Amino acid sequence: MDIEELTENFSFFDNWEDKYQYVIDLGRKLEPLDENFKTEEWKVKGCQSQVWLVPHFSEGKFHFNGDSDAILVRGIIAIVLLIYNDKTPQEIKSIEVTKIFAKLGIEENLTPSRRNGMLSMVAKIKEYADLK
Amino acid sequence: MYDVYKIRKDFPIFDVLVNGKPVAYLDTTASAQKPQSVFDTMRRVYYEFYANPHRGTYYFADAITAAYEQARKTVQKFINAGDNREIIFTRNATESINLVAATWGLQNIHTGDEILISEAEHHANLVPWQHLCKISGAELKVFPLADNGEYVAEEFLARLNEKTKLVAVSAMSNVLGTMFPIKEIAAAAHNVGAKVLIDACQFAVHYPIDVQAVDCDFLAFSGHKVYGPTGIGVLYGKAEILKKMPPYQFGGDMIENVTFEKTTFADIPARFEAGTPASVQAIGMAEGIHYIERIGFDNIITHENELIKYTTERLSEVPQLKIIGTAKNKGGVFSFAVGNIHPQDLAFVLNKENVAIRIGHHCAQPIVNRMGYNSLARASLGLYTSKEDIDALVAALLKAEKFFREE
Repeated sequence: MDIEELTENFSFFDNWEDKYQYVIDLGRKLEPLDENFKTEEWKVKGCQSQVWLVPHFSEGKFHFNGDSDAILVRGIIAIVLLIYNDKTPQEIKSIEVTKIFAKLGIEENLTPSRRNGMLSMVAKIKEYADLK
Repeated sequence: MYDVYKIRKDFPIFDVLVNGKPVAYLDTTASAQKPQSVFDTMRRVYYEFYANPHRGTYYFADAITAAYEQARKTVQKFINAGDNREIIFTRNATESINLVAATWGLQNIHTGDEILISEAEHHANLVPWQHLCKISGAELKVFPLADNGEYVAEEFLARLNEKTKLVAVSAMSNVLGTMFPIKEIAAAAHNVGAKVLIDACQFAVHYPIDVQAVDCDFLAFSGHKVYGPTGIGVLYGKAEILKKMPPYQFGGDMIENVTFEKTTFADIPARFEAGTPASVQAIGMAEGIHYIERIGFDNIITHENELIKYTTERLSEVPQLKIIGTAKNKGGVFSFAVGNIHPQDLAFVLNKENVAIRIGHHCAQPIVNRMGYNSLARASLGLYTSKEDIDALVAALLKAEKFFREE
């Protein structure tokens, strides 16, 4: 699935319950992060729950693994990774993620603190991209 | 007993609809909502006699000085202090405790001394002491509670000795709701020559305080929790101790005589109130206290006790819900976990259902961790909380439990 497909799937929901049940499903399907990476080193700061993000870089592209102890956040991570995974640093820098989230209609339903958590995650991804 | 629905009419915020529905406000432990009379009182000051207190020689200045000093007397009566000069206005309880640490603490705590606190302290009654220990070479000692959050006298007494110079404890835990026998604790502390500071932030909202009966040396609470405004807090200190303490901050209103060579400082309480005070907030807090007094603690306790019972019963209907902190003597604070649902996930659904609770470590990380969690959900009661608020909480929790259940 790509982000276009996800956006289309999202457009079918007319209540928050169905939409976020779907986000939860994305979270459940997200490949869990190896427990060895669930350390301070890989923790993304500024989130109400624990969030970890681990980058892998090969053949000019980034692949991230992420996880959280909160299931809705895991779902959001799945979406963020769908947006950013297997992209070059240049592509990562050019993505306007807030527009994508606005299109998904996620932003309005997130509490400010969780949105900041998501933005912290995005900031971290961009930080990794800037290093390349 | 009172009609809670009538009481709720005194609080304008309960008229607010979010997405067309009322909000069940269950976060009074973090901060209380305020009655109309607090707004009216503060508005009256600004509209009718606002000026800088203690400085002017005209009608407005005299009037606000009188109201500010009257607020001090209101607080004095509220906690039954013997002398109104024992009441110092601060920004909040955190500043009250920092004031003691930075003045009395630096003067009296030295290498080899010990400061004793409970493991359930709010960061405000922990971090200042930790810092004081770091710079003075003293040691911070912590007495544990029972697994259900109960106070255990033996654990406290085992860590109290002639090296203990200060015992700093909360009268009521903001996470567990546990009430501490502060009178008993103060007597034991005094027996070994230690001073006693009581964090009364939670307790002051629900129960009457008598600093002379408790015989504590210091006591701190904040205005925004006793149905008053933000930006104002209280430090009570025994006059004979306060008189020996150096100033906390330096500047206007706290001096007696200033030359370039030397400054002499004002007597208590002015010595600890440098700069323009939060006068309107102090007067607003006094009205919050008057509001409590008009209803009466007897009535508030009767109402809240019934709600505590009701909440405990109703929460047991939620599958996998575990209340953290079940001491026999506990106030209207309910920290809980629901199975392995993350509190942040719970709060998402509760927010959708217009139920306002707090999640996280509640500024008391060590006790949350000690109970086996990184984060907890917490619902807390105030004098305006109704059974309908609890019903809304339980309904939202049932919905959340189902929402996150793995089929």
